[in-house]
Amino acid sequence: MKLTPEQVEHVALLGRIKLTEEERELFTTQLNSIISHFEQLQQLDTSGVPPMSHAVPVSDVFREDEPGESLSTEEALQNAPEQARDCFQVPRVIE
Amino acid sequence: MAEYAANIGLEVHAELSTKTKVFCGCLTAAGAPPNTQVCPVCLGFPGSLPVLNRAVVDYALRVVLAFNCEVSRPSIFERKGYYYPDLPKNFQISQKRAPLGRSGYVEFPVDGEMHRVRIADIHIEEDAAKLTHPEDDRAHSLVDFNRAGMPLLEIVSEPDMHSPSQVEGYMNAIRSALLYLGVSEARMEQGQLRFEASVSVRPADRAELGIRVEIKNLNSFRAVLGAVKYEIARQTKAVQAGETILQETRLWDDLHEVTAPMRTKETAMDYRYFPEPDLMPLVVDDEWIARVRAELPELAGRRRERLVREYALSDYDAGILTAEKALADLFEAAVSRGAPAKPAANWLTGRFLYLLNERNLTAADAALSPEALAEVVELVESNTISGPAARQVFDRIAFSGESAKKVVAELGLTQISDQDELGTTIDEVIAEHGDAAENYRKGKESALKFLVGQVMRKTRGRANPKLATELLEKKLKAD
Ligand SMILES: [Zn+2]
Repeated sequence: MKLTPEQVEHVALLGRIKLTEEERELFTTQLNSIISHFEQLQQLDTSGVPPMSHAVPVSDVFREDEPGESLSTEEALQNAPEQARDCFQVPRVIE
Repeated sequence: MAEYAANIGLEVHAELSTKTKVFCGCLTAAGAPPNTQVCPVCLGFPGSLPVLNRAVVDYALRVVLAFNCEVSRPSIFERKGYYYPDLPKNFQISQKRAPLGRSGYVEFPVDGEMHRVRIADIHIEEDAAKLTHPEDDRAHSLVDFNRAGMPLLEIVSEPDMHSPSQVEGYMNAIRSALLYLGVSEARMEQGQLRFEASVSVRPADRAELGIRVEIKNLNSFRAVLGAVKYEIARQTKAVQAGETILQETRLWDDLHEVTAPMRTKETAMDYRYFPEPDLMPLVVDDEWIARVRAELPELAGRRRERLVREYALSDYDAGILTAEKALADLFEAAVSRGAPAKPAANWLTGRFLYLLNERNLTAADAALSPEALAEVVELVESNTISGPAARQVFDRIAFSGESAKKVVAELGLTQISDQDELGTTIDEVIAEHGDAAENYRKGKESALKFLVGQVMRKTRGRANPKLATELLEKKLKAD
């Protein structure tokens, strides 16, 4: 499998990353070398091995359903680029 | 013309009623002022870490087991990536590859027959923030993160429904189960239940499903049913005309009662799920499953059978009572306080539901106490108050939560069953309506009804009508 510059552009768009022409070429080459490394790993027969989602063997970490500390509205909004009526203000998302 | 069949699947998003959010300790209380139930975790601040609320798993497990699902072990959380201002981290924590529950089913009656819908998957996820779009500032939208991180349970069905009535039965079964299991308040007007439907049509003699269309923006039973009916008609007509159905997402327009294609960029659906590294896998052990299973409450279907058996109610009445958990709870509580079953059931399925429907409320919204209901039944059975007076009292206690006895005393509604007291009033009525009395003596039966009516009027409905009729007859014949 080989990634095309168009696919790299698509992935960049999904991540909201703007690439220059040079970056697109560079990342296409770099990503292709990563993919070919994984292609090598894929030659192993893993049919009896369950897929691993996490690298550490820890499961079942919980908190109890007890209220913790929340922020005040002022604290929550203090880094908001824009705010109005105790809300974060963003460019209109519907007509 | 060929016959067509529809296949309908439903995704139900239910807000769970835990005290705190799914991955942080912020409260989930409804109606709080904007951005007062927020913290670094649910605001998606860099460096904050989510920790799973144990109660969310417990609630989800009740639903998973009640709907006969297998439990995934391990069950894992994943990041679902998309960009929208209601999503602070630019991904939603959800489950995809290993949802908590899968491969279950729900059964419910439709037109007197049991229908089974397979459940594909039940998973835990976090809700997004709430956006509002102010009228007086058309350039901006406002974001309130109180809802971000609220625990949601998504219940995904297989496309096993074929008609709007089956869809309605399914939604009722799900909502009722959520209430019986005590895991969600399932209030649609507060957005605690939201739906997405998928609809496809195919020639009835062909097993292979048609192209599926997804419908979003369904926030009420009415919207789901309207959208499903509309889509079946639209797609059937298109297929009959030889057109190809587009695989697309459409939005339901509540106002015009139509679905219309959603404008989306082609990349919009690429969610790029991958395991959430900040949340460890969930491995529910046998003991936990056994405990939740043992504590599963009786759901509507079983309770209905029990009400018929224990209280000799008709299946119809038991069905109405158990459809709303709060209604059946009221019934059983009133009976346990001494109310005879049949009249208690009649008040609830009759006058009470009438009043609730009139106000667009559910039994859980009313203030009627089981004690007050038992009192009304007792006051009528003992002839202390008349039928019309009982209704007047009931209409008040249904929403005030007052004691029925107190209201009767306050309004002076006690029925007059005393012969002497009633006798005086009757003498007055006969004296005032001499011609009616004469007509009765001449054999005109309807005159008696008129005179009874006058007695009721004079006593403002407090006369015992049966006694009044007897006394009137006696006096008129004796004269
Ligand atoms: Zn929080």
